[in-house]
Amino acid sequence: MRTNLNQFFLLWDKSRRSFVLAVRSLWLHKLRSALSVLGIVIGTGAVITLMAFGEGSMQDALEDIKRQGATNIIVQSVKPPDDSSNQRRTMTLAYGLTHADYAKFKQLDTIVGSVPMRMFKQEIRSLHRMHNGRVVGTTAGYRNVNKIELVDGRFLNDSDDDNIENYVVLGADVAEALFPFQSATGETIMVNGHDFKIIGVLKERTPLSNAGGISEDYNSDIYVPINTCRARWGVAVYIRSSGSRSGEQVELHQITLTISDIDKVRDAGAVIKDNLERDHGYKKDWIVVIPLDRIEEAKRAKDRYMMLLFIIAAISLGVGGIGIMNIMLATVTERTREIGIRRALGAKRADITLQFLIEAIVQTTVGGVIGALIGVGLVFIAPIVSEFVFHKNLPAQLNAQPVIMAMSFAVIVGVTFGLYPAYRASRLDPIEALRHD
Amino acid sequence: MTAVVRIEKLTKEYRLESVTVRALRSVSLTVEQGEFVALMGPSGSGKSTLLNQLGCLDRPTNGRYILANEDVSRIDDDRLSEIRSKYLGFIFQSYNLLPQYTVVENIEVPLLYQGCRLNEKTRLRCVQLAQLVGLGDRLDHRPMQLSGGQQQRVAIARSLVNDPHVILADEPTGNLDSRTSDEIMQMLMKLNDAGKTIIMVTHENDIAAWAKRIIRMRDGQIESDEQNVRAEIRHEMSGAFSASLSSLLAEAIR
Ligand SMILES: Nc1ncnc2c1ncn2[C@@H]1O[C@H](COP(=O)(O)OP(=O)(O)OP(=O)(O)O)[C@@H](O)[C@H]1O
Ligand SMILES: [Mg+2]
Repeated sequence: MRTNLNQFFLLWDKSRRSFVLAVRSLWLHKLRSALSVLGIVIGTGAVITLMAFGEGSMQDALEDIKRQGATNIIVQSVKPPDDSSNQRRTMTLAYGLTHADYAKFKQLDTIVGSVPMRMFKQEIRSLHRMHNGRVVGTTAGYRNVNKIELVDGRFLNDSDDDNIENYVVLGADVAEALFPFQSATGETIMVNGHDFKIIGVLKERTPLSNAGGISEDYNSDIYVPINTCRARWGVAVYIRSSGSRSGEQVELHQITLTISDIDKVRDAGAVIKDNLERDHGYKKDWIVVIPLDRIEEAKRAKDRYMMLLFIIAAISLGVGGIGIMNIMLATVTERTREIGIRRALGAKRADITLQFLIEAIVQTTVGGVIGALIGVGLVFIAPIVSEFVFHKNLPAQLNAQPVIMAMSFAVIVGVTFGLYPAYRASRLDPIEALRHD
Repeated sequence: MTAVVRIEKLTKEYRLESVTVRALRSVSLTVEQGEFVALMGPSGSGKSTLLNQLGCLDRPTNGRYILANEDVSRIDDDRLSEIRSKYLGFIFQSYNLLPQYTVVENIEVPLLYQGCRLNEKTRLRCVQLAQLVGLGDRLDHRPMQLSGGQQQRVAIARSLVNDPHVILADEPTGNLDSRTSDEIMQMLMKLNDAGKTIIMVTHENDIAAWAKRIIRMRDGQIESDEQNVRAEIRHEMSGAFSASLSSLLAEAIR
C-alpha cells in the first residue's frame, strides 16, 4: 500500500516535470506550436459552434411547432395557380374552405375542437387615428388553440357569435396605435364603416413561422365573431389596387382542428384529406398542415445535421491529430540526444513514453481550450452580427455538454496521435541516441 | 578492497550486412573501489564500447559483467535503467546537459528517475553540489549561458547526485583547452581522493597521467594494464593539500 502510494507520487512528480517542460517548449516554439494545434483548434471550435446553432434552430423549430399544438391539424385555404381565362370573366376569385367543410369536420368523432378563421387586411380607425391591420373572424375556441393571453377585458365567447355582436378584441399593436394613452377596452373603433365595441386587448404575441416559412405578425390583428364577420362583410372581400377592383371570395381561410388523442392525429389527418379531395374535386385550393409531422421532420433533420457534424468533427480532429503526430515525430527526432541523455541518467522506456505523451496531450488540450473559447465566442458574436448586418434572427443554444465533449475529444486525439511518436522515442537505443546531433 | 566492477571474457560484436565488427574480444577486467582508471588506445580500439558496457548502456554479446555483486549482463532494459540510475554516474565529452533546464534542474534529473521524490532536501543537495563545483552563483542559468568548462562542472555535479559506485567519463576534457582540462582533472582527482571510483577514457597522455591506473587497448583487447606511480604521489600531495575540500566533498557526497 505504502509503496503503491509512493509509486503514485513518483509518477505525479515525473508527470509534473514533463508538463512544465511541455509548456516551456510550447512557449519556446510559439508559432510552430500554434500551427501544429491549428487543426485541433478549428475542429473543436467548429464543432462547438455548429452544435450550438444546430441545437438553437432545432429548439426554435420545435417551439414553433409546439405553439401550433401537437394535437392540432391545421387546414388552410390556398390560392390555386393562376387561371387567366377564369379571372377575366369574374373579377372575384372564389376558392378555399367553406362553411360546409367546417360543418363536416365538426362531425368527425376524433375531433374535440375546431376553430374557423377568416382574415383580411383592413383599415382600422378610432376617432383620431388609423392603423393598417387585419380582421380575423373567429370563435371563442381561438383563444385556447393559440394559447393567447389578455392584458385587459375578455376574449370573444359563443354568445357573441350567436348574437352577431359588433364586438372586437384588439391585438397589442393595434391597441397601442389607436389608444396610446388610455385603456382601449370599452372604446369603439370603426372598421369598414361599422362600429365595433372593444371588449378586450391581447398581450404581445411572438411571431411564429408558418407552414410556408414566412413569419406572421399577430399583433396587428383584431378579432371579431365569425358570424358578425359574415354579416358585415358578406362572402367576398374587395381590395382596391391601382384603379382596378379585384376581390376574392374565401369563406374560411383556416380551420384549426384539435384531435382527442395524439395517436389519432395521423388518421384524422388522412380522413380530412380524403374529405377535401372528394369535396373540392381536382381544385387544389387547400392544404393540410400537421404540426406533429413537422416535429418528426425536424427531428430527422436534426439527426442528419448531427451525423454531418460528427463527420466534420471526425475529419477535422483527425487532420488535427495528424498535425500533432507530425510535429511530435519531428520533436522526437530533434530531441534524440535529450532522450539519450535521459536514458543514460536512468530513465526507463516508460518514462520517455510518458514524457512525450504528456507533451502531445498538453498541445492538444491547449488547442482544445483555445478552440472552445473561439467556438463559444462565435456562438455569442454570430447572432449579433447576423442581427445587425443581415437582419436575420440566428438562434443559438449553447450547452455545456458539447463543449466538454469537443474538448475531451481533443485530448483523446492527443493521446491517440501522440502514442506512436512517444513509443518511437522510447524505443531509441541509448547509445545511438547519445551519439545523435 | 572490494571489486566494484568485474568483467569476464566480455565480447561485443556488431553485425553489419557484410561483416561482423568485433569491437571487444574477450576482455576481462576488475576495478576495485576507489580506483581511478584511464582507458587509452588508438581510435577504434574499443574504448567507448567498453565504457558503454561498463555503463550498462548496452548488453554484451558474450561474457559476464558483475557490478556491485550483481550480474548485469543478461538483465532486461528496465532493470538496466535502474542499475544506471542507482550505481552509475556519467560524464560525457560534449557535456550533454539538457538545454531547457537550469543548472540545478540539470543536476536533479538523475534523482527524478532514481525513484525518490523531489523535495526541499533534494533541492538543497543539488545546490550544495553546484556550490561544490564552483557554480553556486549560477544556479538558475541555462547551459547555453555557461562556458564549456562550467558545463562540464555541472555534468560532474550531476554525476555525483545519485551517489554512484562508479563514475564513467568518456573523454571528459576532449572539448576543453588545457587549462580548463586541468581544472576538471583536479576536480576528478579530488573526487577520487574522497573515495569515488572513476573510469575515464582519454587520448591524451597528459590527462591519463592524472589516473592511478592506465589501461591500454588495441583491437578490442587489453594490451597493457599498469599502475601510475606518479599520479599516486600527486594524489597524496594534494590529499594533504586539500584535506578540507575533500571532507566537504565527502560530506556532500554522502
Ligand atoms: N553501433 C555500431 N555499429 C557497428 N560498429 C560499431 C558500432 N559502435 C562501434 N562500432 C565499431 O567498434 C569499434 C570500436 O569502436 P569504439 O567507438 O569503441 O572506438 P573508440 O576506441 O572509442 O574510438 P575513438 O577513440 O575514436 O572514440 C570500431 O571499429 C567501431 O567502428
Ligand atoms: Mg570513443
